[in-house]
Amino acid sequence: MYRFIRTAALASLLASASSALAATPLELHPTPEVDLPVGDDVAFPNGSGSDVIASNCTACHSADHTLNQPALSREEWHTVVDKMINAYKAPITSEDARVIVDYLARIKGEP
Amino acid sequence: MPKHSTLSTPSRRGLLSAAALGGMGLLASRAHAETVDLHVPGGPSTRPLTATYPEKGRMIVQRTRPPWLETPFEVFDTGVFTPNDRHFVSWHWATFPTHVDTDRFTLKVRGLVERPQALSLQELIRDLPRFEIAAVSQCAGNSRLYAQPRVAGAQWANGSMSNALYTGVRLRDVLDRAGVKGGATHVRFGGLDEPLLPDAPKFVKALDIDHARDGEVMLAFAMNGAQLPMLNGFPLKLIVPGWSAVYWIKMLDDIAVMDHPDTSVWTTRSYRVPDTLNHTVEPGQTDYSLIPITRNLPRSFVTNLKPSDTIPVGVPQPVRGIAFGGDRGVAAVDLSLDGGRTWQPTILDKDEGTYGFRQWQSTISLAARGAHTVMTRCTNTDRLVQPIRRVWNPGGYMSNPVEALDLVAA
Repeated sequence: MYRFIRTAALASLLASASSALAATPLELHPTPEVDLPVGDDVAFPNGSGSDVIASNCTACHSADHTLNQPALSREEWHTVVDKMINAYKAPITSEDARVIVDYLARIKGEP
Repeated sequence: MPKHSTLSTPSRRGLLSAAALGGMGLLASRAHAETVDLHVPGGPSTRPLTATYPEKGRMIVQRTRPPWLETPFEVFDTGVFTPNDRHFVSWHWATFPTHVDTDRFTLKVRGLVERPQALSLQELIRDLPRFEIAAVSQCAGNSRLYAQPRVAGAQWANGSMSNALYTGVRLRDVLDRAGVKGGATHVRFGGLDEPLLPDAPKFVKALDIDHARDGEVMLAFAMNGAQLPMLNGFPLKLIVPGWSAVYWIKMLDDIAVMDHPDTSVWTTRSYRVPDTLNHTVEPGQTDYSLIPITRNLPRSFVTNLKPSDTIPVGVPQPVRGIAFGGDRGVAAVDLSLDGGRTWQPTILDKDEGTYGFRQWQSTISLAARGAHTVMTRCTNTDRLVQPIRRVWNPGGYMSNPVEALDLVAA
């Protein structure tokens, strides 16, 4: 799954700017059109709770965000999930939060 | 017609289904061809390298979406200015525009001002005095990967920092055009990125009014002589020289002059450090208060040698690297070969600006075969020195201890 980026060029805009104001001539060029990956090629490893963490967490960020984290204690995982809920308003139920913490503690291992 | 097209946002349900499928391992996996080993005890230590992001060269993928792209460390040996296509990338929310109409883009200046503004890019470029400054953009969590004990957050190695020469206009001139009213105390900045979920907090940061009007804080429409890459904040970015990159709002389109500090979670809950020496506490310690992250701190790195490199015994070996002073210039970079007991000065190369990288060079000779450690230490012009003791806090922020590079003489 890809999303498309198309950037308009500022070239003509800057080229017509007053040269008296421009201390340095700017070399500008049209931006190429490129794809932006979504990150669904990296998935949470299968296991109890993998569907719950995927459905609760990957709306806002790809799974590699989580999988690149270090091993943490259950208490630390709770703090992380609580921050997602309270500071960033992730709509995660307390039941799902427990499943997510269990899953992370299990797949990431003891610190 | 919308002014800016936004990353297509599938329905939440659609996203959840796709995510669930991903979780079930039913989606095809695309292997990344190349990886980098960041050598962190406990792991995960490897990350993909990719050149598939728009206007970006080969970058370390710390997170695919929203992108966290780290600058591979060898780039820092190539000069003080980080090429735009290797400049690190960090977004909080995935929902930022994929297209900006430069004819219709406007920068709003509102709040406690005499004349609220809706400035076009043409007006910014043609009507206001041009300003240039070199500055290091460094994520507050740069080097978090190496925190011991490890902490949660973006697992940056040392490459969430980049230096560029920015071109644009002074924030002061923009504020003066609007006419700041008496009683204004803070200025808050927002960009075109929006949270995906309706209740989630929009990413904003604020500066106090005197800082905002200091004549160095600026709005950049170009870096290193070219328009900003989309992923670095095209078409306009707030530059706060000497301060953490969290303040450098990308795709800046909203400036609000206020009579109170920012109350968002980005100031009151996130991006905070212990108000202690070197922002350092012991794990589990609770008897300290937290303050917002602000200025950068001095740092220095060797760039022409890697950990575990072997160098010939007894032969002069050139050592060079980069340093920056944080919110002051670099006064000195020193090396130690004896664990920090004695230090020898290095030669500083050309000064390209107070807030930018400064290259330094020296020569060492290792007389004995075996393991050696080269330590580097930057002192800024305020006499602030990198600490030799470890820096640790629960957020993994503002790490700047003396760097120790392990080498082998043979």
